[in-house]
Amino acid sequence: MSAIFKREFRSYFTSPLGYVYLAIFLFFEGMYFSALFGYGMPNVEVIFGSVSTVVVIVTPVLTMRLLSEDRRQKVDQALLTAPVSVTGIVMGKMLAAFAVYALAFAPTFLFQLIVTFLASVNWLVYLNALLGALLIGAALISIGMFISSLTESPIISCILTLISFLLLLVLPNLASLTGVSWIQAAAQKIAFISLFASFSESVFHIVDVIYLLSVAAVFVFLSVRAVEKRRWA
Amino acid sequence: MIEVSSLSKRYGNHLAVDNVSFSIQKGEVVGFLGPNGAGKSTIMNIMTGYLSLTAGSVSIDGFDVVEQPEEAKKRIGYLPELPPLYTDMTVREYLYFMCDLKKVRFPKKPHVEEIVKLVKIENVFDRLIKNLSKGYRQRVGIAQALIGNPDLLILDEPTVGLDPKQIIEIRNLIARLGKNHTVILSSHILSEIQEVCERIIIINKGKIIADDTPDNLSKNLSKDHSLALRVMGTEAELQKILASVPGIKALTSLGVKEKGSVDFIIEPKPGFDIRAAVSERLAERKKTLLSLHSNEMTLEQIFLRLTEAADNGTLYFEEKAELADMPKISFDLDMGVATLEEETSAEENNEEE
Repeated sequence: MSAIFKREFRSYFTSPLGYVYLAIFLFFEGMYFSALFGYGMPNVEVIFGSVSTVVVIVTPVLTMRLLSEDRRQKVDQALLTAPVSVTGIVMGKMLAAFAVYALAFAPTFLFQLIVTFLASVNWLVYLNALLGALLIGAALISIGMFISSLTESPIISCILTLISFLLLLVLPNLASLTGVSWIQAAAQKIAFISLFASFSESVFHIVDVIYLLSVAAVFVFLSVRAVEKRRWA
Repeated sequence: MIEVSSLSKRYGNHLAVDNVSFSIQKGEVVGFLGPNGAGKSTIMNIMTGYLSLTAGSVSIDGFDVVEQPEEAKKRIGYLPELPPLYTDMTVREYLYFMCDLKKVRFPKKPHVEEIVKLVKIENVFDRLIKNLSKGYRQRVGIAQALIGNPDLLILDEPTVGLDPKQIIEIRNLIARLGKNHTVILSSHILSEIQEVCERIIIINKGKIIADDTPDNLSKNLSKDHSLALRVMGTEAELQKILASVPGIKALTSLGVKEKGSVDFIIEPKPGFDIRAAVSERLAERKKTLLSLHSNEMTLEQIFLRLTEAADNGTLYFEEKAELADMPKISFDLDMGVATLEEETSAEENNEEE
């Protein structure tokens, strides 16, 4: 697993992909921070809620190649015939994408440090927002990885992932069109991207944490099954 | 080392591998031979755990590939049809990555250096794989299979797409590897298999249609042991002379292939060795014999014949059985051994004198 993690993580930075991903986040986080700074607000956690749309739009790029590219280039033969379990392979890849995603939030840590010197801040609020962002990221990356396991083409994988993320984003709005209250309530729960906002408003529900972890676990499991299934086809 | 028993693989309605069984001993170099799409790669992919099996079992060194895949995979180095390379890595990065992936316990640096020297890729060691030529990629693929010192090497068409010089190099490399590894390689090029392998398994349409040494295959199948000869003279007179030799079953003229001579194929009656008789009779009549050789089937002919026969429903094994029934070839085993022994001891005596 660690071998695959190392390779995948490094591969993000042997192409421009990883740098571009991080640069986009640095740009938006920096922009929001300078705005906050201008208003004299010491609430770095607000940034997390604001970048949620950026997460939805650019994260598919991170997951599109995870399981599709290997299959296209037939490198999966090296991985699957090596003495490693499929779960190990899938987890290694997922964690590599997750590590890049986590790095994207590193600037906020710097911002928080700067603010700490200038005003009194509550670190717990910041850490809660960071935890929320990481958990949502884990769930999104697992979904993206699962989609990439279904196709050999990174482009198709990217587009399908983007569509599903956008659907997750607008699900509550779509549900409100139906006018049925229980559908609206269910959509509100399923659309976990909205949790970005609630985590950054210093709401901590253990239920949300468990929910996000479960989504991540389910899609990691499905990815493993998808890879296994191809062997049995 | 390897036990494959009644292995089958089904893709939907298509039976890619049909009830295949064989076993391979440690140290053997075995060739899988078959036309494209015969199921060679599928069998290899199943043995290495890349594909699952529909029925049957495969065990490597006693470890079942389905039940204990990690133990089985540890013992195998696999070069698939397309070398599984990460093109965005350098050869060095890739080989060290494979060391980590295969959980190599011993010092990696000397191990990688040794392999790199063996497959002769020192000069591209620090180049990106995407910039390498096909031949070098193939060699990196072989290097990758060798990492971790597996006892068993499975090479799927290792020389495909290489130039003749590279083919010879890879072939020599395989012959060298065969000295301390068990090697299975597949090919649809017969000469390659004939040169490297001690044993050939011929596969057609997912079935094993022959499993023997190259020599036995060619011996058993050319059961007629016909002779090809070229004699100076005209066709009509030579035909008359040759027809008078006893023990000839059939005589076919191939016409003039070299000026002033005629080529013939003679099929002797079973059990007759007519070479001496033919040569003596021709000498009697003052005809010059330019060449005389036994017209044994080449692997190409065997291969074609077997695949055609299998398509018509007869298998090599049945042909072999048919052979055993023929009167002249079955002989008293005890006597054969006795005469052989006498001859050798006589020879030894001669040498002593």
